[in-house]
Amino acid sequence: MTTSMILVVAVFILVFVVIFQIAKASEYVQVIKGEEKARKEQNKVNGFFMIGFLIAGLIGVYYCNELYFGKTLLAFPAASDHGEKVDSMLWITIAVTGSVFIATQILLFWFAYKYQESDKRKVYYFPHSNKLELIWTVVPAIVLTVLVVIGLRNWLTFTSEAPKEAMQVEVIGKQFNWIFRYPGKDKIFGKKYYKNIDDENSNSLGQLWDDSKNYDDVVATQTMYAVKDKPIQLIISARDVIHDVGLSHFRLKMDAVPGTPTTMWFTPKYTTKEMKEITGNPNFEYEISCDQMCGNGHYSMKGVIQVVTQPEFDLWIAQQKPNYYVAFPDKDPSNNAVVNTVDSSATTKKNMVATKTTKL
Amino acid sequence: MSNEAILQTEIGVNVPVEVHHDSHTEHHHHHERFITKYVFSQDHKMIAKQFLITGMIWAVAGGFMSVLFRLQLGYPDSTFPWLEDLIGKWGKGGHITPEAYYALVTTHGTVLVFFVLTAGLSGTFANLLIPLQVGARDMASPFMNMLSYWFFFLASVIMMSSIFVETGPFSGGWTAYPPLSALGDASPGSKTGMDLWIISMAVFVISSLLGGLNYIATILNMRTKGMSMTRLPLTIWALFFTAVLGVLSFPVLLSGFILLIFDRNFGTSFYLSDIFLASTNTALPNEGGSAILFQHLFWFLGHPEVYIILLPAMGMVSEILSTNARKPIFGYMAMIASLFAIAILAFLVWAHHMFVTGLNPFLGSIFVLLTLLIAVPSAIKVFNWLTTLWRGNIRFTPAMLFAIGFVSLFISGGLTGIWLGNSALDIHLHDTYFVIAHFHIVMGVASMFGMFAGIYHWYPKMYGKYLNNTLGYIHFWITMIGAYLIFWPMHYQGLAGMPRRYYDFSVWESFKQFGDLNRFISTVAMIVFAAQFLFLFNFFYSIFKGRKLKVRNPWSSNTLEWTTPIEPMHGNWPGEIPEVYRWAYDYGKDGKDFIPQTTPIGQDESENH
Ligand code: HEM
Ligand SMILES: [Cu+2]
Ligand SMILES: [Cu+2]
Repeated sequence: MTTSMILVVAVFILVFVVIFQIAKASEYVQVIKGEEKARKEQNKVNGFFMIGFLIAGLIGVYYCNELYFGKTLLAFPAASDHGEKVDSMLWITIAVTGSVFIATQILLFWFAYKYQESDKRKVYYFPHSNKLELIWTVVPAIVLTVLVVIGLRNWLTFTSEAPKEAMQVEVIGKQFNWIFRYPGKDKIFGKKYYKNIDDENSNSLGQLWDDSKNYDDVVATQTMYAVKDKPIQLIISARDVIHDVGLSHFRLKMDAVPGTPTTMWFTPKYTTKEMKEITGNPNFEYEISCDQMCGNGHYSMKGVIQVVTQPEFDLWIAQQKPNYYVAFPDKDPSNNAVVNTVDSSATTKKNMVATKTTKL
Repeated sequence: MSNEAILQTEIGVNVPVEVHHDSHTEHHHHHERFITKYVFSQDHKMIAKQFLITGMIWAVAGGFMSVLFRLQLGYPDSTFPWLEDLIGKWGKGGHITPEAYYALVTTHGTVLVFFVLTAGLSGTFANLLIPLQVGARDMASPFMNMLSYWFFFLASVIMMSSIFVETGPFSGGWTAYPPLSALGDASPGSKTGMDLWIISMAVFVISSLLGGLNYIATILNMRTKGMSMTRLPLTIWALFFTAVLGVLSFPVLLSGFILLIFDRNFGTSFYLSDIFLASTNTALPNEGGSAILFQHLFWFLGHPEVYIILLPAMGMVSEILSTNARKPIFGYMAMIASLFAIAILAFLVWAHHMFVTGLNPFLGSIFVLLTLLIAVPSAIKVFNWLTTLWRGNIRFTPAMLFAIGFVSLFISGGLTGIWLGNSALDIHLHDTYFVIAHFHIVMGVASMFGMFAGIYHWYPKMYGKYLNNTLGYIHFWITMIGAYLIFWPMHYQGLAGMPRRYYDFSVWESFKQFGDLNRFISTVAMIVFAAQFLFLFNFFYSIFKGRKLKVRNPWSSNTLEWTTPIEPMHGNWPGEIPEVYRWAYDYGKDGKDFIPQTTPIGQDESENH
């Protein structure tokens, strides 16, 4: 125990004792004054606190907004088309629930203040009123219907089939980082099977090497690339436990479940560079946060999405070595053309040509 | 043996009960021994106190855990050497380790949801109030009732023991999603800690089933003469629906747990498929299971569970608001109907916790619709409470303050439910601090307020003493202000996308801007936690030294419990159980301040309800 700790405890006990003494004393005073009279005085104090709490609370709500609104995502435009819809829906919902919040809280505390006990008031015996009850059944029902309709239209858009021209990227979560796979030239992902996973031999996804579709698949970690204004579909799964691809700037998220792949698509609207300018933050990144508890490293499971222009993307992808060549360096034509003999099939040769041409 | 006969055995000759001695009651004890009075008691009032005090111990433990992990969130750069003294290797170098952080968060959630706000709340008030307010001498089965407490106690002991195992308590979140919770190699907390967690929870389910069946049987069968269902106080209606929810949904949770036990120990693949663990560098043989299946089973209890927590608080708040506004509860039948609607809908909305699991979009739409439908009965309740206050004559007892606080919190938290229930918004807000703010306000703090209201209101009935009022007022205002200061700003963190269950935000460009706010929240949390000791002290001090009750009915209330002697014996009423002639809410009728349920309808009385 440090001295500061002892000090804190001592102060705590002291404050406690003082409060207790005051409370005890007020109880004695109550007895002396007459309980009824003392009770009425306390009632006035609490009635006053009620209205005080209301006013201070409303000011507090405003002040809190001043302090923190700028730090939320709503202070800047959403970075995807879906995100814009989410934001506009958020504003509608804030308007509806916000006005109900203010109205009902004012009624609650104002009634508490206004109808505090007074000898003069005669209570109004008012056990029920069908009309009133009908009003506050029907009105909320109508308002909610409107919100549901807006919500479902968006929901069905977000969960609809991705557009044909969308690029596809596989996102795989594992404790505690992200793996990405691009289908390569053929636009088809090669088969994989989890029992083939072999981290030591550069096969973190369990790609089946007898499937030629795998030969041009690019596998990367940490950073994923996406193209501005081009729809992108993520095919999401996990290697070990459930994770979640959280894309707060795009206003989306989707679980990564081992054994049950999920998908999600959106269209990025600003490149990372543009977003740095919009937010005025030179360190801005589209971060992927894992949003599903996945173990003790959950909080550190970070990925990054680089949103770039199409030419930038083409340049980048051309520089990536397919994972097949990472796993079998001897097969890599750019390494050494001589090694490339025994089972260099037609497909490998085709790949070689393909790589050469994309490399400008 | 009938209920009356059992009581007869225990009360012995002290109380005249109008039941003949049958053969069972021949050999009875004439005095209560310590062990049967305080430990293995079958008196519902004593069992209520047992639930309450065990719940309070857990509340302090669970609250303290939150102080510890808020320390990490609020002061990530400071070291607290005393932590190492306190929790050993979990506080190495004066820092809470990630393992400890997640274990604390998980235990905090589990304990507060189940042990404090389910057992502590329902257990206490269902036991205390059902027999007293329906006019029965005890529960339908006092013996099962006793078992219910002792199963809860056993569950508590097992949960407590999990804190002391080498690999730590379970740390995968109170929702315990597999595969994380199924695989010891995925997280140390999923080893022995999880075994104990799951056993403890299974025992807990048994406890709540024993309790729940008893509550239902008592309410349906043991009401006194004249106490028709539509004359029951709203507390009883709320406790009734709570028990029904529990009885129907806890078994589903248990089945989910049993499958999990099989997956953990017997090589089945209910929840497991396609798993490769880097920690052991092996691919597991399991194929074909569905991790999402567990979530369906969990939330089939999980959502009703939030109403199991909330309904008793709603019932007590209705009762307390009406009593202290000296005015009938507005819309009694609408209150029952809305409780009923909530109870039904509670079973039909579970998948709103699963909008981002890859749920079928059409199914998702149905759950959006049903979820937002719950807001309608919730709105009815709020407006009825407001109308109850309108033109009343309000006495601010500490119980009344907490009841008003409950309404305020329920509004604040209920409204954000409308955001989250709309799946298109939930994709953005799910698993962020917005959800933390939502369910702490609407469920955690609001129900806690309901519980405090109940304790302040019925303490005189429990102990024959008053609590100190001034301490009660100070307790209320600190807690009320503190609750909003802690949870309101969290909405903003959620709107920044800040994920929940994060040990540290410092490496995140998107979330690290809230350092100051986190420090502020943690500081307020500590103050609010400290303020709860005012209440605890008040509670225990007043048992012995509180002002004695001199009248039976200190709040001038209509309900039956206040017709018993100041300190009722086992059996509650000496002589006959009173008969009931009216509903519980005749306050301010025909110029009379209050008319107890036991008063027959007068001849010139205006229309009654
Ligand atoms: C207007 C009524 C309400 C609606 C529409 C609503 C909706 C929701 C939704 C959709 C979620 C899931 C959010 C997410 O995980 O992303 C949620 C979370 C939660 N709600 Fe509510 N809710 C309402 C009222 C309540 C009440 C009355 C309680 C408790 C008494 C409650 C307790 C909870 C809890 C504990 C969670 C967190 C679950 C978790 O993720 O661990 N809610 N609510
Ligand atoms: Cu995670
Ligand atoms: Cu729910």
